Amino acid sequence: MQNIYFHKRRKIVEKIFFGIFRLSSAINALALFIIIYFIVGKGMQAISWTFLTEMPTDSMTKGGILPCIIGTFILSLCSIGIAFPIGVSSAIYLNEYAKSGTVLRIIRLCINNLAGVPSVVFGLFGLAFFVIWLNLGVSLISGSLTLAVLTLPVIIGATEEALKAVPHTYREASLALGATKWQTIYKVVLPTALPGILTGGILGLARAAGETAPIMFTAAVFYNPSLPSSIFSKIMALPYHIYVLATAGTEIEKTRPLQYGTALVLIVLVLGMNLIAIIYRSKLRRRMR
Amino acid sequence: MEKTLKLSSQNLNFYYGTVQALHDISLDFYSNHVTALIGPSGCGKSTFLRCINRMNDLIPETKVDGKIIFDGQDIYAHSLDVVLLRKRIGMVFQKPNPFPKSIFENVAYGLKVNGIRDKRLISETVEESLIKSALWDEVKDRLYESALSLSGGQQQRLCIARALAVSPEILLMDEPASALDPIATQKIEDLILQLKELYTIIIVTHNMQQAARVSDFTAFFYMGKLIEMDDTETLFTRPKLKQTEDYITGRFG
Repeated sequence: MQNIYFHKRRKIVEKIFFGIFRLSSAINALALFIIIYFIVGKGMQAISWTFLTEMPTDSMTKGGILPCIIGTFILSLCSIGIAFPIGVSSAIYLNEYAKSGTVLRIIRLCINNLAGVPSVVFGLFGLAFFVIWLNLGVSLISGSLTLAVLTLPVIIGATEEALKAVPHTYREASLALGATKWQTIYKVVLPTALPGILTGGILGLARAAGETAPIMFTAAVFYNPSLPSSIFSKIMALPYHIYVLATAGTEIEKTRPLQYGTALVLIVLVLGMNLIAIIYRSKLRRRMR
Repeated sequence: MEKTLKLSSQNLNFYYGTVQALHDISLDFYSNHVTALIGPSGCGKSTFLRCINRMNDLIPETKVDGKIIFDGQDIYAHSLDVVLLRKRIGMVFQKPNPFPKSIFENVAYGLKVNGIRDKRLISETVEESLIKSALWDEVKDRLYESALSLSGGQQQRLCIARALAVSPEILLMDEPASALDPIATQKIEDLILQLKELYTIIIVTHNMQQAARVSDFTAFFYMGKLIEMDDTETLFTRPKLKQTEDYITGRFG
């Protein structure tokens, strides 16, 4: 008898835990769904051809957000353009070349801490270092560099994971054929790890595109009704534009639809850039099978 | 049997950190002969094999002393370029490990990293190597398909072709058939017997019948020491030491 009770209880416990795990996963999906539902529902009415292709007018209560779209697009591409090669190179060094020891441990500690620094601190750092000390001014380049520092740990982390996932036997096979270490990395390890490395790039790009605090002191301005003409241009950016519309000025309630419209554009832009990278990645994966 | 000395290990000791894995191994290998290294798991036979192409260099905190003389040169000498050494001493691993590239690219890889760019020479060598490894007929119509689409036995023969493409003088094989079914194993064994016409082969195996079938010489390792080495027939029929006899008759190990 005791055995049957035990068995029943075991089954119930099993069900409860499965239920908890299933619910947790569902909450994830639900959260994303609700966000999209609200943003689309409230922002859709603001979307129009004018909104996407024109400069803001009437103290930003009318007109479009073209400079913000272009600004965020260029800003995130520039920052990933800086952070991706540096991040991937660092990860290769850490994972393939560096001998384990104190130095390596300290470098890793630095990277992990870099990942934990709040983004507003990056903003202030960017202001002090790039804008003032290097005298780059509030500009596209200052913002890109600041965002690059912010996204570095993301890229390094993802690249290291991807490199670790490459079977050790591939490296041995290559070296045993008389390949040098670099040839092995370049011709075998990197191509195998590339899909994972690109995932890092995607995450970094999305992170860079969405950040507000790091660019509010370094690159973005309240209002600049012209498209960036050089890397020293001050720019408008989508996340900062949302922040400005939602917190500053006297027309906060009036611009609510514009805020949601801008948020919708930001989401679509980030998802769009992700989608391109994801399609490219799955192509690579298929080629390796 | 006419014997030319190809490689000779002299008082080789090997350490993983403070643990000594090989004790004073002195062993000679002859051109165009197959030497089998047998012994129970952990006896050091694979470690010894990996000393010969310095694969153990990849493992941190290992130490070697003693010499391995290859064509008159100590492979552990400071002046020796390990990259060039590994081109001359090829290796086939326990588990088939083709690169996630096409069949052609797998075999061409060694040529390309060694600086050969002539496309015709490369495709000729690829064909020749695949013929030597008895895989050509099975793959000639699908050279540009992924190597990972091959069966385990085919993958292992591809790995042999890949090793042969760079024209090594010695071929090291670390239990090359242990992950394969009996038919694929048979093919690999037939292949070894053909390849010894061209190469010096050193094979680690757990399978004593296999050692008896393919090798000319057999060395028995136990607890990091070389216990006995003789021509294969003698070692299996009239071993000098009781320890060897116990192992080959299955009384321990």
